[in-house]
Amino acid sequence: MAHVAQGEPELRRVIDEDREVDGLGDQELLELYRSMVLLRTYDERSVVYHRQGRIGTYAIFWNHEAMQAGAVHALEDDDWIFPSYRESAIGLLRGMPASTILHWWRGHPAGWWNPADYNVASICVPIATQVPHAAGLAWGKKLKGERACALAFFGDGATSEGAFHEGANFAGVFQAPLVLFCNNNGWAISTPVGAQTHAEALVDKAAGYGIPGVRVDGGDVLAVYEATREAIDRAREGGGPTFVEAVSYRAAPHATADDPRAYIDLERVELEKQNECLGRYERYLRRHGVLGDDLDAEIRREAAELMRAGIVEAEAEPDADIALLFENAYANPPASFAHDLAELRRVLGGGLG
Amino acid sequence: MVEAVNDALHVELARDESVLVLGEDVGRSGGVFRATAGLRERFGVDRCVDTPLAEAGILGTAVGLCMAGWRPVTEMQYDAFSYPCLDQLITHVGRYHWRTGGGMEFPLVIRMPYGGGVRAPELHDDSPETYYVHTPGVKVAIPSNPADAKGLLTAAIRDPDPVVVLEPKLIYRSERSDVPEGEHVVPLGKARLAREGDDLTLVAYGAMVPLCERAADVLADEASVEVLDIRTLKPLDEDALLATAAKTGRVVIVQEAPRVAGFGAELAAILAEKAILDLRGPVLRVTGYDVPYPYWKIEDAYMPSVERVVDAARKLLRF
Repeated sequence: MAHVAQGEPELRRVIDEDREVDGLGDQELLELYRSMVLLRTYDERSVVYHRQGRIGTYAIFWNHEAMQAGAVHALEDDDWIFPSYRESAIGLLRGMPASTILHWWRGHPAGWWNPADYNVASICVPIATQVPHAAGLAWGKKLKGERACALAFFGDGATSEGAFHEGANFAGVFQAPLVLFCNNNGWAISTPVGAQTHAEALVDKAAGYGIPGVRVDGGDVLAVYEATREAIDRAREGGGPTFVEAVSYRAAPHATADDPRAYIDLERVELEKQNECLGRYERYLRRHGVLGDDLDAEIRREAAELMRAGIVEAEAEPDADIALLFENAYANPPASFAHDLAELRRVLGGGLG
Repeated sequence: MVEAVNDALHVELARDESVLVLGEDVGRSGGVFRATAGLRERFGVDRCVDTPLAEAGILGTAVGLCMAGWRPVTEMQYDAFSYPCLDQLITHVGRYHWRTGGGMEFPLVIRMPYGGGVRAPELHDDSPETYYVHTPGVKVAIPSNPADAKGLLTAAIRDPDPVVVLEPKLIYRSERSDVPEGEHVVPLGKARLAREGDDLTLVAYGAMVPLCERAADVLADEASVEVLDIRTLKPLDEDALLATAAKTGRVVIVQEAPRVAGFGAELAAILAEKAILDLRGPVLRVTGYDVPYPYWKIEDAYMPSVERVVDAARKLLRF
């Protein structure tokens, strides 16, 4: 039933084999590049903003851009994305302002968004608990006769969680149009994937749910795109969920609060940095005559400008009024909130100071 | 009483096409207590869904169903089997509306049979209301009679927020009374004066309400006893609680859950904060104990009884 290891024992690759992908013309190839540059710029600037004290603790996704952009470009706008915190900036690819995501990392309530505005669910902070949401949304869309699918991002560590199992199992049972996208970067903070599972490959889990699985080079944006698009096409045609395992190696700390030197293989990190995903794709595009110096400079300048404007906008946002503490906890709030707020205003006087 | 639950589900599924029921054994079998009987036959397999055996999966997929425009009514088969769903409840169900800046609503219902006194195996007897009440963003209702079972569940299904409805299984079959036909709504946040009196108030919810009424009968020659049925633990009808305290000046709170940090403690704290000058004696609690719910040969010693309630009331009357 499942493709799993016997079907594709090796990692699916496109860039290293110098293949082309059906349906991707120069325009689409460049859009993919723009998205990767945007994500890379967001990530690198965010680390700087953190060091400058302009945002709080930040989960770095450097070298994950191929997985994120490749997967999202395989979707249609009606399809839903369920990000983990590793994909915090995924909304950028759906037109979300950078300032919204920066607000989120600045701990400002302006960092909330309505998922229905972008078909991007809220950033999931606990591990794997968004997987059943994605299964429920995909199943719910199918029940309503709508064509939208869903894609849930999660990491290698998430496959150890019960929520992953329950979500994957529900999706299989109800044949929900869902892509279970596992970004296997080899590490859950300091725990290597080999300590998460005795399975040879995470994709082997697909067989247990009776669903197809495919294993791709997570640093190869075109391989990710191709595999995800096949999964989405199958889902949209009623073929149910697919497990995509994208394999990479975490070349940056888990987050700004983490120092991986205590546990990670530093030589391997250096190798990964030399072969990082954006550079690999850039060289591919240059090799194929799709990208030149001027265009590259323009794309990078646009991304840098978007981030500059984003942080300016985020920092110009006034402090949130304390009424927001109570405002959205319930759609239909209890009467006691009005009293609590009045008391809080009386005690705090002018505000939080 | 369980027929009233079933009636509410039939009426609401017929009224609103976006309502669907999901849970373990709710479809083919109609539920282990028959609460969902006939729904699958009447509304189809897509509106009354037998799910895999996974409570966190049930509630987690319900979150996604809300995002797709459904109003899911989930069933947790038993009180203590609901604990795996607390992961989704605490991390997402109670927070998602807030997390979307109020942009999205999560009008889902979690209903389950709960409570002891039914001679059941281990972990079929718990009173988990505190876990639910303590979760911000989540409302909690507990009916004590068939009409309220229908009306509160109906209100829960129509409410824009997540609502947990705990159905006392001790009185699923024993409490029989008339239930309004067709649509019947008991608004959330309104307590019910089950019995009027002047000297002392017994405050309770769920299966403890009929128990308190029996205790009031026993005390009839000694005191005029009022019985307040809380009905909705959150949002709480604080006015009704304070009004009865002001009227009788003596309050005994009865709950079957363990005493420590139970909902009775919240009620007692409110009385201490806001009714201290109305009270003629201490607020007393008659509760379960801080022990695992016992095997059924000794469960009667754990459960609040008429004798224990009467004893507490007498102590307070003599204070």
